[in-house]
Amino acid sequence: MELLDLSRFCMRLGDSCLIMAHRQSEMCSKGPFLEEDIAQTNLGLDLLGQAEALLIYAAELEGKGRTADDLVYKRPERGFYNFMLAEQPNTDFAFAVVRQYIMTLYLSRVYETLAKVDDETLSGIAAKAVKEIAYHQRHLGMWIKRLGEGTEESHERIQTAINELWMFVGELYEEDELDLKMQEAGYAISGEAMKAYLMANISSHLTEVTLSVPKSVYMTTGSKKGIHTEYLGYILAEMQYLQRAYPDAKW
Amino acid sequence: MSQAQEKELICQYLSEISDPEIPVINIVEMGMVRGVLFRESKLEILLSPTYSGCPAMDMIDHLVKEKLQSKGYDSVEITLVYKPAWTTDWMSDETKEKLRAYGIAPPVGKATSKKGLLNEDPVFCPQCGSKNTEIESMFGSTACKALYLCKDCLEPFDYFKCI
Repeated sequence: MELLDLSRFCMRLGDSCLIMAHRQSEMCSKGPFLEEDIAQTNLGLDLLGQAEALLIYAAELEGKGRTADDLVYKRPERGFYNFMLAEQPNTDFAFAVVRQYIMTLYLSRVYETLAKVDDETLSGIAAKAVKEIAYHQRHLGMWIKRLGEGTEESHERIQTAINELWMFVGELYEEDELDLKMQEAGYAISGEAMKAYLMANISSHLTEVTLSVPKSVYMTTGSKKGIHTEYLGYILAEMQYLQRAYPDAKW
Repeated sequence: MSQAQEKELICQYLSEISDPEIPVINIVEMGMVRGVLFRESKLEILLSPTYSGCPAMDMIDHLVKEKLQSKGYDSVEITLVYKPAWTTDWMSDETKEKLRAYGIAPPVGKATSKKGLLNEDPVFCPQCGSKNTEIESMFGSTACKALYLCKDCLEPFDYFKCI
C-alpha cells in the first residue's frame, strides 16, 4: 500500500465527516425542540472528532509538512473530496435527517471494514467510530419512522427530502482507481457490495414506514475529483474565514 | 526511587485530575490513562479519548500538563491512542457506584454486545432506584450520555451510555 494512496483515502473520508460536522453545527439552536437540538449537535461533535483523527493521519501519511488544520483551513473548494451528499444544506429538518441517515448507513459499513485492517491507527479510529455511528443510525432511523408515519405534512416533507437528495447517493458506491486499490488491500468493500447494502437497507426501511425509494436513476458524480455543488463554497467561506483573514492566527 | 515507583507516583498525581464533565470521577478511574513512558528528557503520557470528538479532551490535555509541571516535570508530551478503543467496560464497579451517587445512571451491560451498546436493558433511576424509566433523548448533556426520565419519581436524569 502506497502511503500517498492511504493518505488520499483518509482525506476523502475525513472530508465527508468534516463537512457533515459543519452542517450539523449549523443545526445548533435550530432543532425542533431542545433535546433534539442537543442530539443534532452531538452528532456533529462525533463526526468532527472522526474528521480530526482521519485528517491528522492523512496529513501525517502525506508527509508534506501539512497539518490537519492546514488541510481544513487552507485548501480551496476543488481540493476537498467529501461526497456531495455531505455538503447538502439543512433546507428543512427533514433534509438534515435524510442526509445524515444515508451517510450514516454508508459510514457504518466503511468503519466496520476499516476496524479489521492491519493498520493500527486507522483500525483504532474505525473501532471507536463504529460504536458512535451505531447510535447515530438508531437515532436517525427513529426520525425517518417518526416523520414518515407522522402527519401528512411530515410525510410529504421527508419524502421530498429523499427525492431531492437521491441523485447524490450514487457517489457512495462509485469506484475510481483509488477505490479499486483500497478494495484490493481489503480497506474497502466493492462498489457493487456497497450499492446492494445501501439499497437493501434504505428500501426496506423506507417501505416499512410508508415512504418510497425514488424511481429516478440519474446519479450525479464528481466529488472524488474535487467537483462539488454550489453549497460547498459557502461552507468554506464561513469555515475558513478567520484563517484567511488572519493567516496562522492562534488562540 | 525506581522507575516503577515513579510511574506509580505519576499515576497518583494523574488520579488527582477529575474529569471536567464529571467531577466525582478522575481520569485514571475513567480508564483514559493508557500509559506513562519515560523518554530521555521527556515524559510521555498516553491518553485514550472517551469519544472521538470529546470536547473535554483539550481541557484534560492542559490539566495533565499543568499537574505534572507543578510536580517538577517540565517536558510532558501527551499522545492520544485510539487502539484499543476506550470503552465503558473498563469502568470498575466502584466507579459506576460513584457515578450513580452523583446522579448519573452508570452504563448497563457490556459495550462488546450489540444489545448492551444500544442499551435495551432497563436503566435504573439514580435517584429512587426504580426501573420504570424511559429514554427522552439518545443524546444528553454530553455525547457520552443519554437523557432519561424516571416515571416513578418523575426526575429527569443522565445515563452514561455503553460504548
